[in-house]
Amino acid sequence: MGELRLMKGNEAVAEAAIRAGCDGYFGYPITPQSEVMEYLMAEKPHERTGMVVLQAESETASINMLYGAAGTGKMVMTSSSSPGISLMQEGISYMAGAELPAVIVNVVRGGPGLGTIQPSQADYFQAVKGGGHGDYKMIVLAPASVQEMCDHVKLAFELAFKYRTPAMILSDGAIGQMMEKVVLFDPIPRRTEAELISQNPWAATGKPKTREHIIITSLDLDPAGQERVNLKLQAKYRKIQENEVLYETLGVDDAEYLFVAFGLSARICQKSMDLARAKGIKVGLFRPITLFPFPEKQMNAIGKKVKGMLVVEMNAGQMIEDVKLSVGCSIKIEHFGRFGGIIPTPDEVVKALETQIIGG
Amino acid sequence: MEEPFVKTQIRKDENIVYKRTSLLVDRPLSYCPGCGHGVVHRMLMETLEEMGIQDKTIGVSPVGCSVLAYDFMNIDMIGAAHGRAPALATAIKRLWPDKFVFTYQGDGDLAAIGTAETIHACNRGENFTIIFINNGIYGMTGGQMAPTTLPGMRSSTSPYGRNVLTMGHPLKITELIANLPGVNYVTRQAVHTPNHVRKTKKAIRKALEQQKENKGIAFIEVVSNCNSGWKMTPVQSNKWMEENMFPFYPLGDIKVDGKLVQSSEVAK
Repeated sequence: MGELRLMKGNEAVAEAAIRAGCDGYFGYPITPQSEVMEYLMAEKPHERTGMVVLQAESETASINMLYGAAGTGKMVMTSSSSPGISLMQEGISYMAGAELPAVIVNVVRGGPGLGTIQPSQADYFQAVKGGGHGDYKMIVLAPASVQEMCDHVKLAFELAFKYRTPAMILSDGAIGQMMEKVVLFDPIPRRTEAELISQNPWAATGKPKTREHIIITSLDLDPAGQERVNLKLQAKYRKIQENEVLYETLGVDDAEYLFVAFGLSARICQKSMDLARAKGIKVGLFRPITLFPFPEKQMNAIGKKVKGMLVVEMNAGQMIEDVKLSVGCSIKIEHFGRFGGIIPTPDEVVKALETQIIGG
Repeated sequence: MEEPFVKTQIRKDENIVYKRTSLLVDRPLSYCPGCGHGVVHRMLMETLEEMGIQDKTIGVSPVGCSVLAYDFMNIDMIGAAHGRAPALATAIKRLWPDKFVFTYQGDGDLAAIGTAETIHACNRGENFTIIFINNGIYGMTGGQMAPTTLPGMRSSTSPYGRNVLTMGHPLKITELIANLPGVNYVTRQAVHTPNHVRKTKKAIRKALEQQKENKGIAFIEVVSNCNSGWKMTPVQSNKWMEENMFPFYPLGDIKVDGKLVQSSEVAK
C-alpha cells in the first residue's frame, strides 16, 4: 500500500504528477487551483525527478508550452480554472488535431465570464463537447474525491498516451480545495530519452539520418487530406467510447429511482440517497467517471429498470442532455441544479426528487 | 532527350562548386518568386548542415507565409498556432536543453498576435533562437496591414495609407526586445543582395552557436520584401525596401554579448 497523507485535492494533483513521471508542468495562477503550482514549486520536483515547472505569462502560453513539449513526446500537464481553460481552447484544439497527449486539469469555478471563485460544474459542455474549434473530443475524467484527484492524474496520462490525445480532469473548486486522506501511488520513474524515443516514434526529437523528418501539425490544406484527418480522429473517438468507459453505481439493485451525477454532485447525492431511503424511497446513484466517453450503454440499460431519473449538476442542465440521449424518452428524466458557486444541499436534492420525479 | 543528357554530363562531383543543402527538401517552395523567405530558409539549413546539428535541432514554424516551412526544412518541426511559437520553443528547450531550438516567425505572428509570448520568452532569457522576417505586411492572408507596416504605407486594410493617428504606429519590437536583460544577441539583417545574404548567414551561425553556452535569446530580424503584397515587381520591391524600410528599420547589430551596440538606434 502506498503512502497515506492528508491533502488538498489540488495538492494531490501536483504530487500525483511528480509520481506519475511527468516531465513538465506549465501553468498560470488562478483561483481556486493555484495550490497546484504552489505545491510543485515548493516541492522542487527538479531535484526529486528532474521534472520542469514553469510559471507562464498566461494560460494561452501555458497550453502552447504543453503543445510544444507534447510534440516532442514529453509527459506534460497544466492546470487552471474555468476562465483560464477558456483561454486554452485554441491550444487544446491544436493538440487534438495534431494528436498530441497532454493532461489538463480544470478546477471549475462558476461562470460565465469572470463569474465567481466558488465551485461549479458549468464547464461540462466545454470539456465534453470539444470546447475549441473543429470536430474533436478530449478524454474527460470527473474525480469525486481527493483520492481520485490523485489517481486520475496517472490514469489521464495513460489514456492520453494510449490514444495520443489531450485528456482533461474536470474537477471543481470544492474538490480542489477540500482536504481528505489520500493513498499516494508509488512513484514511477520518468522515462529516459531512449525510452521516450522508442515508445513515441511519432515525436519530433531531432532527425537522425536513419529516418524521415517528423512534422507535428494540425494543418492539411487539401480538403481530402483534412477529411482523412477527421475520419481518423472520429475512429479514435469511437475506439475510446468502446474501451474506456468508467462509472460507478450505488444502491441500484432495488432502485425505483435514480440520481445521476458526476464529481462533487455525486458526493452530495450519496447523502441524499441515505436521506431518501430513510423515508422509504428506493433511490440509487449512477456516477459517470468518464464524461467522455460517456457511459451510454450502461445508462441505457439502467434506464429500463427505473421509473425516473434526477440528474443533479452544479449547472443549468448540461450532462442531462447526454443522459437523455443515452436513455431515450421512455421514463421521466429531470434536472436539478444550483449555479454560480452554490452547492446544493442533500435535503433540497431529495425534495427535488420528490417533487420533480416522484410526485411530478 | 537533350536535357537529361546535359544534366548527367554536368553533374559530376568534380564540377560541383555549390549545391542545394540536403537539409532543404527537394520540392518547389510555396513562396512568391522574389520573396526573401526562400533565401533565409536556405541560409538557416546550410548553417545547420555546416554545424552538423540536424539530428539535434527542433524547429518551430509559425502561421503566416512560412506556415509550411516544415515542408521545406528537412528537420523535425512543430507547427505552432498563430503567435505562439516562443511558448512552444520555451517548453521544448527547457525539456531538451541539449537540443538546438529555433522559431521562425513573421511580423504579424511575432509582433501582433504573439507579442506576449515573444516578450516573455525573451524576458525569461530562454535559450533559443528567434528568426523574425519583417516585411511590413500580412502576406499569407492577402496583404493586410501589419504591426510593422510603415506610416503612410498602403495595404488592403489601410488602402489610403497607414494613418498613425487612427491605426497606430509601427512597432519596433526588435528594439524593444534588445532592452530586455534575458536577450543576449539582437541583429537586423536583410537578404536582398549577396553581401546581405552572407551577413545574415553569419548572424544565424552566431545565434545558434550561442545556444551551446546558455546565454539567452538570440534574435535575428530579417527585413524582407513582399513584392506581391506591396504590388511591385521583385526588383522594385527591393529598391522600395532600401529607400523606405531600411531608414525606419536600420540594419546592423543592436545587441551583442548582452550589450547594446552604441551606434544602434536603441542606444541613440
